[in-house]
Amino acid sequence: MNFDRIKEKLSILADAAKYDVSCSSSGSKRTNTNKGLGDSSGMGICHSYTEDGRCVSLLKILLTNHCIFDCAYCVTRKSNDIKRAAFKVEEVVDLTMSFYRRNYIEGLFLSSGIFKSADFTMERLIRVAKKLRLEENFNGYIHLKSIPGASDELMREAGLYADRLSVNIEIPTKSGLKLLAPDKKHEDFMKPMEKVKNEIIQYKQEKKFIKSTPKYAPAGQSTQMIVGASGESDRDIMYSSAFFYKKYNMKRVYYSGYVPISDDPRLPALGSAVPMLRENRLYQTDWLMRFYGFDVRELLNQEHQHLDMEIDPKLSWALRNRDLFPIDINRVEKQILLRIPGIGLKSVNKIIQARKFRKLNWEHLKRIGVALNRAKYFIICDSREKELVEYSSDHLKNIIIKTSVSKFRKEISPQLSLFA
Amino acid sequence: MNSVNFTYDGTFEGLLTCVFTAYEGKLQVSNIQVEEDVQNQLFSDIYNVITDVDKAKRVAKKLQLKTSPNGFKSMKWALLSEIKGIEMDVFEMIREVISNDAKVDTDYSHPSILKVTQMAKKISREKHRMEAFIRFRLTKDHIYFAVMEPDFNVLPVIIPHFTRRYADQKWIIYDLKRKIGAYYDLKKTEFIQLNLDPEIGISGASQRYFHKEESNFQILWQEYFTSTNIKSRINMRLHQQHVPKRYWKYLSEKSTFG
Repeated sequence: MNFDRIKEKLSILADAAKYDVSCSSSGSKRTNTNKGLGDSSGMGICHSYTEDGRCVSLLKILLTNHCIFDCAYCVTRKSNDIKRAAFKVEEVVDLTMSFYRRNYIEGLFLSSGIFKSADFTMERLIRVAKKLRLEENFNGYIHLKSIPGASDELMREAGLYADRLSVNIEIPTKSGLKLLAPDKKHEDFMKPMEKVKNEIIQYKQEKKFIKSTPKYAPAGQSTQMIVGASGESDRDIMYSSAFFYKKYNMKRVYYSGYVPISDDPRLPALGSAVPMLRENRLYQTDWLMRFYGFDVRELLNQEHQHLDMEIDPKLSWALRNRDLFPIDINRVEKQILLRIPGIGLKSVNKIIQARKFRKLNWEHLKRIGVALNRAKYFIICDSREKELVEYSSDHLKNIIIKTSVSKFRKEISPQLSLFA
Repeated sequence: MNSVNFTYDGTFEGLLTCVFTAYEGKLQVSNIQVEEDVQNQLFSDIYNVITDVDKAKRVAKKLQLKTSPNGFKSMKWALLSEIKGIEMDVFEMIREVISNDAKVDTDYSHPSILKVTQMAKKISREKHRMEAFIRFRLTKDHIYFAVMEPDFNVLPVIIPHFTRRYADQKWIIYDLKRKIGAYYDLKKTEFIQLNLDPEIGISGASQRYFHKEESNFQILWQEYFTSTNIKSRINMRLHQQHVPKRYWKYLSEKSTFG
């Protein structure tokens, strides 16, 4: 191995891959049964964390950053004057094996710029995964990027070796895509997603009858959207997201705050801040949709096209629907408990367990870990003193903001510093 | 009824033998300590319990019937904390479990049960951290070698994870603090003791012991670690929260050599 050359390639191709935020390595069911290397049957492990606080779990690289497309938001775009490099298939395999053997990583996340054609690129990615599985007996985690426009045959083959497949839609609206990535067609993104979805359904069916059916993408598929690049509203983003969860059975949709990388006038200028608070609020909304039984239209709609940056989306929803509260936490069913601001999934389960033995009061709720500074205005429990006062929603919002600590305090409003 | 002080060998089986002995002799136990930690026992009334696997098995069987799988694991793991006095909490928990008909291992209002459960949680966190932060270095004789100094004695509980995962390579994980390691020879994993030359160090790749390409891979890993970071999103507080400083010296990506 020529280490200096590899080091240079690694630096270029890891740098180019880092804007993909997915790092999940869990959810697969690949056990080490062949006395080979690796096992990805348990929960994922974060082996390290970069200085931006993100988990390092997979070796996340591009096969190459040569690209025939010219998408404005992408560092790898054709017209960008940067160093280009390409790994050979063997080099990626070697790096993955050597890193995995040293317990640096859980597996490989391989993406690529598109060279020659979609199929040509996809075929190369598959070759890496195939070699790892068949020649090296590798049972670690493999996440492959589905290249937009790749053929059904190749997508079928990719899922046989990869644990997860993903296509990044990147721009949530068709009009945004037209503006920023004129060479790409919306349908090209959907085609591989559709194929992977159907293959997974088919695999699950066949598995019921034939135990030896080869695994197909056991950790499912995911996608990513860039936030804050094309002037889209929070509603646009979350409606697309709801569509992907429903239509393609996505395991995850990731939201990536746009990091300015170009002086293109269509995009936020270099040096503008990464919208991290907005990204956080979008993830909160995503969780409300997936785990708390909210319909996206309750959180975002024609009147409310943007999320409130000052408070979390559940609180914001509750303040708009005061007539549904207060809720008696000793009586109502789980689905209703989940809708109370300041009470998360874990607290809900604990409340349900604990209230079997006794009626719960403020003290119990506090020990369970409920964020009472928000919850107390929306609930009734087994205590005399009632915290519920007939404040208006706006007033209540101010009280809650004043009495809570947010890690985003600085980013919220300049008014806040007056109260602090 | 006289109360007795037990000493035992520090193993879970040993502690279960203490339980057996106490019930058999209807003894009231006022303290249980690890043999090696007890000094000046000349004048005190100390009874050294010799571990008996059969007796321990009988107690374990009973406990498994009367606890949830997690409750049983908690008792076992809590001992790995090596915290002084944890034995008595496990002992009290066992008594509580045996004397109740219902499964009470989740009754966290009992102080010993709460303490044992919390301690087991700490062990489980340390276990997970070691599974993440172990860094193997390839030696000249093709063994993947790693050292650690965990806060608790987690070596026994991380062995199954590494044995499953690294089935096709020889490896050693050595606990410098407790001077004991685990060696996997492609067939089975065994405990070993080594006299380590300080030159082996905790990171880096001394030419005398390590494969000639080892340092190159550490450099590549550092390069990757640096390149994958997004500078405009820097958040050192979060970084340190996830990777506490006391672990940095083992992590080749955080060490300053090379």
